[in-house]
Amino acid sequence: MLILIVGCGRVGSSVARTMLAEGHEVSCLDEDPDSHARLELGLDTSWEDAGGQFTVGTGLEIDALTTAGIERADVFVASTNGDNTNIVIAQIAQRRFRVETVIARILDPYRAEWYATQGLQTICPTRTAIEMLETSLREVAAGEEGGS
Amino acid sequence: MGAPPATGEYMLIVGGGKVGWNLARELIDKGHEVTLIESDRERYLTVEQELEHRVLYGDASELWVLERAGIARAGMVIAVTGDDEDNLLICQVAKDKYGVDRVIARVNNPRNRQHFELLGVKPYVSATDLILRLIEREVPRYGLVHLLDLADAKIEIIDLLIGPNAQVVGNRLDELNLPKGSLLISVMRDGTGFVPTPDTVLEAGDEVLAVLDPRVEEELTRYLGLEEGTIDRTPDA
Repeated sequence: MLILIVGCGRVGSSVARTMLAEGHEVSCLDEDPDSHARLELGLDTSWEDAGGQFTVGTGLEIDALTTAGIERADVFVASTNGDNTNIVIAQIAQRRFRVETVIARILDPYRAEWYATQGLQTICPTRTAIEMLETSLREVAAGEEGGS
Repeated sequence: MGAPPATGEYMLIVGGGKVGWNLARELIDKGHEVTLIESDRERYLTVEQELEHRVLYGDASELWVLERAGIARAGMVIAVTGDDEDNLLICQVAKDKYGVDRVIARVNNPRNRQHFELLGVKPYVSATDLILRLIEREVPRYGLVHLLDLADAKIEIIDLLIGPNAQVVGNRLDELNLPKGSLLISVMRDGTGFVPTPDTVLEAGDEVLAVLDPRVEEELTRYLGLEEGTIDRTPDA
């Protein structure tokens, strides 16, 4: 399966490496050419020799998306560092290119929730952090009650 | 401010740059109730000196900021920030989530127009396009200017220049074989305009307005001799 990842930061690059190692075809798109280096962290070879693809451009440029292979992508991941960018490009992938699975990283929990009702698959790291913190705090509180 | 009490509808403007600030001022003068949302602290403080409580500090991409600004009762949302993605999404949630009937979005980069179309955010305004159209009007490359496109109504009005070698020169209007779905509605000649009649004879240099179905535009321009190279309107040619 071909996975197209737009936004090759800490999250995008890490997911890209893992998915490539698990045998998938992976193509990354980022406006910063230097982000390519992040893909090769921990690799013995270059990203390309490992079988990956990398394109410089933004997710708003149709040409860049096409070069990156969006037309035959099975999964589209929007993981740039901007919520607005991710929401827009995810909708482009979904509505214009009809990519079957589209996942967008949205930090703002309120908007992540709303766009999820609009048919986008959303991942909200903020929500995850909130839940983990709350769970930890409950555990601490329960421990104190048990100990007292 | 000495503006009259608001009697018009409630309008939200996002982006307190030159466009947003001036727009807010004009709309307030026209009697509308306006809230301007600006996300840059310093800019907010500047604009606030004039517009006072009509400016709200915050990032309108966040839903709670829109809610605090009263989007639920807004009749119109106008997004004119310098960021196309912001303008696009603010208008999208205004329409789809809060049921605002009318939105207007600014497009900073004309290449992003297609994304506004795709997400159904219309109308959008691009200063670059407006200026390009004015330039086209002053310096037509093909002797043709689009004046009005009513895409949904499948009709447009274009401005055409009859070239010196056009086959229609010297012919009466009722002798012409204009494509079905097109009509010449006015002729400009020697600085004056008139509405043509069936016996009007077209001359080289006539500037005509035509109303037509966009699908026959190519046929019409070909018929009137407007292929590239057949018209040269540059002053020094």
